[in-house]
Amino acid sequence: MSEMPNRKPETGAFFPRDRNWHPPAFAPGYKTSVLRSPQRALLSLDGTISEITGPIFGHSVLGELDNDLIHNFAKPGESAIGERIIVHGRVLDERGRPVSGALLEFWQANAGGRYRHKKESYLAPLDPNFGGCGRTITDENGYYAFRTIKPGPYPWPNGVNDWRPAHIHFSVFGHGFAQRLITQMYFEGDPMIWKCPIVNTIPDRQAIEQLVAPLDWANTIPMDARAYRFDIVLRGRRSTLFENRLEGN
Amino acid sequence: MAQELGYLKETPSQTAGPYVHIGLTPNFCGIAGVYDADLGSSMVNDRTLGERITIKGRVFDGAGAPLKDALVEIWQADAAGFYNSPSEIRGAADPSFTGWGRCPTSAEDGVFAFETVKPGRVPFKDGRLMAPHITFWIVARGINIGLHTRMYFPDEGAANDEDPLLARIEHRERVATLIAAREGSTYLFDIHLQGPEETVFLDI
Ligand SMILES: [Fe+3]
Repeated sequence: MSEMPNRKPETGAFFPRDRNWHPPAFAPGYKTSVLRSPQRALLSLDGTISEITGPIFGHSVLGELDNDLIHNFAKPGESAIGERIIVHGRVLDERGRPVSGALLEFWQANAGGRYRHKKESYLAPLDPNFGGCGRTITDENGYYAFRTIKPGPYPWPNGVNDWRPAHIHFSVFGHGFAQRLITQMYFEGDPMIWKCPIVNTIPDRQAIEQLVAPLDWANTIPMDARAYRFDIVLRGRRSTLFENRLEGN
Repeated sequence: MAQELGYLKETPSQTAGPYVHIGLTPNFCGIAGVYDADLGSSMVNDRTLGERITIKGRVFDGAGAPLKDALVEIWQADAAGFYNSPSEIRGAADPSFTGWGRCPTSAEDGVFAFETVKPGRVPFKDGRLMAPHITFWIVARGINIGLHTRMYFPDEGAANDEDPLLARIEHRERVATLIAAREGSTYLFDIHLQGPEETVFLDI
């Protein structure tokens, strides 16, 4: 499993999470959260070795087309229907340092807003050439990129007429299990972002804007695909200079 | 004006939504051919050292219904108490043990299950040993930020009694929410998101 660039292992505890920046567990505008939110206070504890360590995934887990959702489910010679896009960016930590070797997994609806799932009931059609999942691993500079089609917005049962803005779900592994994160990326300029009850579980507008990927015209590939830039920030680690008991010196 | 610290803000969490299984366990939900196997579906092989155990459980909502669209991940030390991670600098972990598992809760009854080994003890920050435990992380539709908790072992009474995390739980009757029940080589660990049996979740 391990395959890391040459760098001294980091063993510091992570910065505490800013729970006011994240959505609260209980957010009644998003109805499903009502019965799925812990009501008691979380037990706070400075990270132990069980949280500052985490699994690392080597490039050997990746298949050739894992970062190409246009082709990884398509029949040979065919491709998924929709607006072709590149999503790329860097995974950094709160100190601004690149997170290399981070596993990113993503999933999304097809161009019509339909997921390939037996519980999905939206009447938009399935695309026979689109599966809807992909993954990649950041390079030594924390950089990643993948190719996909722009997902469509879709309606969902919450309020009478709630729709999700176009979005891509991201799951991220950094270097410690305490950094584990699942989030969603939205697209610059989409007016539906601000109407969405799931987006609006996040109390701070600036925090929401951190999830909105701008169109990256400079990286658009002429006659092929537009680019969107999405940087992800994981928790930073404290320096271990003054807390080196774990190292035993 | 003082200098800028220049720290970035962590990317805010969003719910994993109803289709987290598409992204993280596509083979499980019928999207075949994209990945050979779902990541985290196997933690052990024939050469893994230690006592083989099974962990099984469900995740219940506040109305007592099991979640059938959740995803559970676990992270643990090997049998000797080492993590298979670059940040583990006390020694080398068993190369035949990943320490990390991922399991979707089933669409029929909401059960998750892991085949793993019983972890060894690892030190707390001050050097005291913690009781053997397994870190859990739970995501699902309706969970806005992934929930961390731990499973401890019912047959480790003495170690549990001196465990620094368990000792921090103010309402002592809640300690039981972190201790699995044993049935042979299977440990049953149900997670309650809310209600009278609400599991102790961690901000860690
Ligand atoms: Fe979605």
